[in-house]
Amino acid sequence: MKKQPKYEIIKDQDRCDTCRACEFQCANGVYHYDAEKKKMIIDSLSCVNCQRCVEYCHQNALKIIANRNEYHHGYWQMEDMQEIYQQAEHGGMLLSSMGNDKAYPKYFDHLLINASQVTNPSIDPLREPMEVRTFLGKRTHHITRDTNGNIQIKVHPHLHLKTPILFAGMSLGAISYPAHQALLEAAKALGTFYNCGEGGLPKAFYSDKDSIIVQVASGRFGVDPTYLKHSAAIEIKIGQGAKPGIGGHLPSRKNSALIADTRMIEEGSEAISPAPHHDIYSIEDLRQLVNSLKEATQYEKPIIVKVAAVHNIAAICSGIARSGADIIYIDGMRGGSGAVPTRIRDHVGIPLELALASVDQTLREEGIREDVSIIAAGGIRNSADVLKAIALGADAVAIGTAALIAMGCHMCCDCTKGNCNWGIATQKDALVKRLHVEQAKRQLIHLIQAWTLELKEMMGGMGICSIEALRGNRMMLRGIHLQEEELRILQVKHAGSR
Amino acid sequence: MKEGEFRIPSGCAIAALIHKDKHRENGERITQAMQMMHERSNGLGGGFAAYGIYPEHKNEYALHLFYDTLQCKDACEAYLSHHWNILHEEEIPTKPHSQIKDAPLIWRYFIESVEHDENKMTETMFYVNTSITGAYIFSCGKNMGVFKGVGYPEDLAEFYCLNQYQAYTWIAHGRYPTNTPGWWAGAHPFGMLDFALVHNGEISSYDANRRYIEMFDYPCSLLTDTEVITYELDFLMRKHQLSFVECADILAAPFWDEIDQMRPDKKRYYTMLRRNLGSMLINGPFSIILGFQDGVGAMNDRLKLRSLMIGEQASCVYMASEESAIRKMSPQLNRLFSLKAQEAYVVTYEEDAK
Repeated sequence: MKKQPKYEIIKDQDRCDTCRACEFQCANGVYHYDAEKKKMIIDSLSCVNCQRCVEYCHQNALKIIANRNEYHHGYWQMEDMQEIYQQAEHGGMLLSSMGNDKAYPKYFDHLLINASQVTNPSIDPLREPMEVRTFLGKRTHHITRDTNGNIQIKVHPHLHLKTPILFAGMSLGAISYPAHQALLEAAKALGTFYNCGEGGLPKAFYSDKDSIIVQVASGRFGVDPTYLKHSAAIEIKIGQGAKPGIGGHLPSRKNSALIADTRMIEEGSEAISPAPHHDIYSIEDLRQLVNSLKEATQYEKPIIVKVAAVHNIAAICSGIARSGADIIYIDGMRGGSGAVPTRIRDHVGIPLELALASVDQTLREEGIREDVSIIAAGGIRNSADVLKAIALGADAVAIGTAALIAMGCHMCCDCTKGNCNWGIATQKDALVKRLHVEQAKRQLIHLIQAWTLELKEMMGGMGICSIEALRGNRMMLRGIHLQEEELRILQVKHAGSR
Repeated sequence: MKEGEFRIPSGCAIAALIHKDKHRENGERITQAMQMMHERSNGLGGGFAAYGIYPEHKNEYALHLFYDTLQCKDACEAYLSHHWNILHEEEIPTKPHSQIKDAPLIWRYFIESVEHDENKMTETMFYVNTSITGAYIFSCGKNMGVFKGVGYPEDLAEFYCLNQYQAYTWIAHGRYPTNTPGWWAGAHPFGMLDFALVHNGEISSYDANRRYIEMFDYPCSLLTDTEVITYELDFLMRKHQLSFVECADILAAPFWDEIDQMRPDKKRYYTMLRRNLGSMLINGPFSIILGFQDGVGAMNDRLKLRSLMIGEQASCVYMASEESAIRKMSPQLNRLFSLKAQEAYVVTYEEDAK
């Protein structure tokens, strides 16, 4: 069966001056200049639509569009048939990257934000303090008094964020070293946290431990006491929104000397993250790991447990809250991944908004909401999503995909091949060099600063001047185009209702 | 529709008159103060709390109840007598008033109290108010009582014959709700045990506060700011023995920018409170007056978005949304000031006060 290209490359011959930038920029070999014919040969079959050539075409001569060729069956769509042809030929699992792109409801887009009018004043962030300082960890109302009669409340280990947005864990291997450098540098400048993901922590980063969250995932890559020590918090990664129930696999070809050293494995070996943690087959096992990590770090650091949003998420999080963990990280089905079986990415898990609403409500009904903070992640696209997530019950959000986009990612979702033309999801030296740390860092800083400004503006509009007064404040949201059951789960009223 | 079915923002007038020496007076002066602020109410709710009015029953719970029907009265009385020892019961005397319409049946009960039965009383209050349709306990303190309803405060004062009651502290409220609920129990003050709270403003943190305090078995059935603020104060003052000033440090906490510049011990104190009890922080405009057993407290929001004036004259303290109301009660004052943002002001009764 002939493979159909997904994209067509349209080149404006009148504009093209054959500078060959497209050819030099494309690591997928789409462009080839035939010197004899003085003509650019285009192989659109290799195109992944990363837009690198379009951006670098100084003549604006290029466009990439979806293949206009059509199969004409109402039920069997072209994509369905292409996938069948592919599997019929190779017999393997289909792989994708990044997050679920299917047309499931985007609940964030069905939530509207409140503002003050007459009965109470909006607050102008330019004139009044607008507080977004966030602490993540356990809170307690257990109040005692010392011998002098002064109030004493235990302050548990907290992560202190200047803005309620963190960077999500992405491993060295999934993304490049300069991408990690940019994320860390940006987190330091912003007063938030970089998360090294499951691929270990480069030793060069050790000096910045106060801005680092380290991950303990099922592969335990790079985990030793020194690693745990060089962090502000430790994240146990149970699952990931893009691939709940599934482990990971960094192919040998990506396992360079740096990655091998950071992961503490053999160079060129296959790096497999098992689907489950083989020391956690039940909730009581999680409790032991949480306590072991606390013991290993003198109870000085909050422990985060990251789980994918799945059907039973509320009960799962209730169990985690009772495991001694300080922070629950809920990753919704739009969350990204460097490589994921397509069927898993597109069909497993539930939307973040519903999971978050359900978890927050359940923990409150059980009276244990304050025992943990909640980080919401998986598809946070802008500051309005941040605000809505917090109003639904999150303490903070984490961004992975949005951070990659800020660094230049164009969402071609072809990370698995390792040919990222933007120098992000690749380990090839020539491509990695394309990502300039300073520039990427600046863009990340700008993005978070801009979102924080917008967040403050929206908070002021609704008469809120401290982020804790927004947390779980669902009356500040109204649903639009939602069914009764969806409103019930989200616990918001429909727009227009009193 | 009534309170509890949807949320109703309200503007208000609030006032208080306190005799620190527990000298008692009738409700005339506080009524005049409320009349002075007539324009701050719209006739859809008003009320008074009076402390020291039942000296002959001072160790008993004084329950004030609204009944929509005789049936719910029977049901409620059956419930009360099953759980408590009712020592005395009577209809609360009222005088027909041309401006006061659709009054429910209004009864009071004096109930025997034994040690440490406060939680049992709040449970009774929550049960009756949420489970016996048509019955509503709107006051359940000792030697104090709330009188409220739908109407202007000055008309309700006449309706309830408040000139017949002698109290050492009067707290009053005139309401400007933004619709017409016309439900008597929805008027203020909000009473719970010895607490009576009046509030002016509309808080923006309502649902964050509500969903926090509901974790500790305070069902917010009225969906009003006054209710949720009272529960927060009950949680902190009664259950955790915090002072009113310490409550203000939580409900109207200083901004982080201010905390960052404080000396180490203060910084530690406020940081500890905000990092642990931030969910009780109130945002948006509010001025509140809270009556409790040992005195009266007043508190303003963090940005000073609502007015609250305080006047002092001899052993009397006056509080009101407007100076005019204070001057009406006492033209002469030793001191008059506007309560500052975040600040708590507390009046405690003199130790030798009877």
